[in-house]
Amino acid sequence: MNKILLVARREFLSRVQKKTFLLTTIGVPLLIAAFYAALIYFQLKSTDHFTIAVLDEANVLSGKLENKKNEIIFQFVQSDTTTLKNKLENHTYEAYIYIPASFDITRGDSVELRSGKTLGMLTREDIERTIGKVLEEKRLLMLNISKAQIDSIQKQKDPIKFTSVTGKKETGSKVGISYLVGMISGFLIYIILFVYGTMVMRGVMEEKVSRIAEVIVSSVKPFQLMMGKITGIGGVGLVQFLIWIVLVFGIQFALPLIFPELSTSVQQQPVPSAGAQAATAVQNSGGMNSIMEALQTINFPLIIGCFIFYFLGGYFLYSSLFAAVGSAVNEDPQDAQSLLFPIMMPIIFAIVIMTKAVNDPNSSLAIFGSLFPFTSPIVMMARIAYGIPDGVSVIQLIISMLLLIGTFLATTWVAAKIYRTGILLYGKKITWKEMIKWTFRKS
Amino acid sequence: MLDLHHLQKHYSGQKAVNDISFSVKKGSIFGLLGPNGAGKTTLLRMITGIFYPDQGEIIFDGRPFAPLTDVQQIGYMPEERGLYKKMKIGEQVMYLAQLKGLSKAEALEKIKYWFEKLEMQTWWNKKVEDLSKGMSQKLQFVVTVLHEPKLIILDEPFSGLDPLNANLIKDEIYGLAKKGSTIIFSTHRMEQVEEICDHIVLMNLGAKLLDGSVQEIKQQFKENKFYIRLSEPVTMPDTTLFSVVDQSENAFTIKLHEGTRSNDMLQYFIQQSHTIEAFHEMLPSLNDIFIRLVEGTHATARAFHPANS
Repeated sequence: MNKILLVARREFLSRVQKKTFLLTTIGVPLLIAAFYAALIYFQLKSTDHFTIAVLDEANVLSGKLENKKNEIIFQFVQSDTTTLKNKLENHTYEAYIYIPASFDITRGDSVELRSGKTLGMLTREDIERTIGKVLEEKRLLMLNISKAQIDSIQKQKDPIKFTSVTGKKETGSKVGISYLVGMISGFLIYIILFVYGTMVMRGVMEEKVSRIAEVIVSSVKPFQLMMGKITGIGGVGLVQFLIWIVLVFGIQFALPLIFPELSTSVQQQPVPSAGAQAATAVQNSGGMNSIMEALQTINFPLIIGCFIFYFLGGYFLYSSLFAAVGSAVNEDPQDAQSLLFPIMMPIIFAIVIMTKAVNDPNSSLAIFGSLFPFTSPIVMMARIAYGIPDGVSVIQLIISMLLLIGTFLATTWVAAKIYRTGILLYGKKITWKEMIKWTFRKS
Repeated sequence: MLDLHHLQKHYSGQKAVNDISFSVKKGSIFGLLGPNGAGKTTLLRMITGIFYPDQGEIIFDGRPFAPLTDVQQIGYMPEERGLYKKMKIGEQVMYLAQLKGLSKAEALEKIKYWFEKLEMQTWWNKKVEDLSKGMSQKLQFVVTVLHEPKLIILDEPFSGLDPLNANLIKDEIYGLAKKGSTIIFSTHRMEQVEEICDHIVLMNLGAKLLDGSVQEIKQQFKENKFYIRLSEPVTMPDTTLFSVVDQSENAFTIKLHEGTRSNDMLQYFIQQSHTIEAFHEMLPSLNDIFIRLVEGTHATARAFHPANS
């Protein structure tokens, strides 16, 4: 036991003391922060106005278009299409809308917009939404529905109330936040498995290539060496994550101080990719208050506790396999590729199941994925974000944890067998078939 | 100190070590010889607890060998040298010493002693990648003996060393043996064995061919050859006593026929009234014995299928 600690300490210190560790640990969050700062800066300071001339001969839009967002400005003009075309070429306007006098809203005519350049997705959506809303209102008015009636229709925001059988209210924001938390923690574990798993593999390969393995295994058992290495690198991972968490929180506190305008504008920012769905859910159910409310319903101690458990469980399970592969590879790192494939598959499989599970934490695929130990570290995080018992039942959680521990013990045992043979074997390309044979050989 | 009883180790049907028994006396310098692929490394790995024998028993210091605890008493320098290239030398030696069970203070004291002795004090903050091959060899030796093991196993200890450093290490080996350490040498360099070892075992194809002291073995393989130098060149007459194998001017290599004693030969020359200037028995070198025993077996062919595959 003591020797495992000795090995672990060396693995830990030799990595933490490297300059690259400091660089990546402090550099990566700073880089991300700088990236966001730049993004926010450009969005706040951007003077890019998109001016659209509106030539409204049918008098459909006049007086109805408000210039709420400063990016898109509608400007009503009295002109003709030829001058407008010229002005488009002169860049006085970026686009123009021409509504001829013959435009009949009851016929469902389309408004035509001509632009100098192709419009971006977001701009296009903005314009569509603004004009569409005006046209819709007009049409409704045509059908003899009063303005008051329209307003009363639009007032109702939650046509359906989602309530669980226990009587708890499930707001859209809670689902949105759970979605985000599940997605982020699932992806984090996915990244951890890859980054630190390959770190273990490279460490084993280094020992093998530098031929120190034989010197070491004459003092410690191969199993102790392997476990020490895995523990040490796991420690590096934990420390790195703790530093990142502290830095991220620090930056979050610091950012509003640097950009005071941020707090007002940040709610309007389009949340990128994975968060988009959650963001719309949040937007639909009204503002910051419900986000805070939703955050309070999330059981963070449970999530963080489970995150650490599945982080360690997943890491130990996979890193022992990575170590086994590392021990079987010779000088040529290319050999590792084919051996790594069977290990990579379940991880990638897990991320696919995870993206499904965050949408539907109780689907049979999600349940399978969260119990199957090779995918559970990633998939379970998606379910746990919805809480107990909404996302996952206590029994399932316990079974999943026990399975993970059991499988971790099994893979370590298997990996140790492969490792002890592989680490002293040189000059031969090893296949999975041979590695399986080593597993069943008695020592 | 060390007794091996019928050790066996198989690799996928091939017998890497096949029924080997011998014993090593405490404080002796023991040579384990054999061509490439004879199974020496496998045997040594079993003695160091890296491998477990398929069959047989190792008695270490009077008790059955317990790899977990007894490795503290063993220092092993494998043929393939290895150290962490990027690690500082001082830290590295400290780490390896601690893995052998030394406390930090003990380790520091011993490192200082050895570094001073071998003039390596300035190395502490260097990295292994900055050392020359000979220098890292020296370092590897220090790492092996630092924890004062009872049994020191050296696989080709002099390869890559210049004569000066080789002598330095050789002297240290003698010193360690005098202090009571038992040393096992594995090599195929016969001249070193003849010079250093008290006792040797020759193995080939996983089996033991020879076991004994260097003198015993030489006696065992002597061919009744004698060297004699006379005061003046003579033409050798035919005689039933012996035949001349080689002649250069007045020096002869003579092989006695069955039943002839060396005195008979001397008497023969004296009767011929030749003056004998020099006379001694010609014992075969270990090298000759080695080649004679190993040649003709398919040992070289086996070397292409490493025993540890």
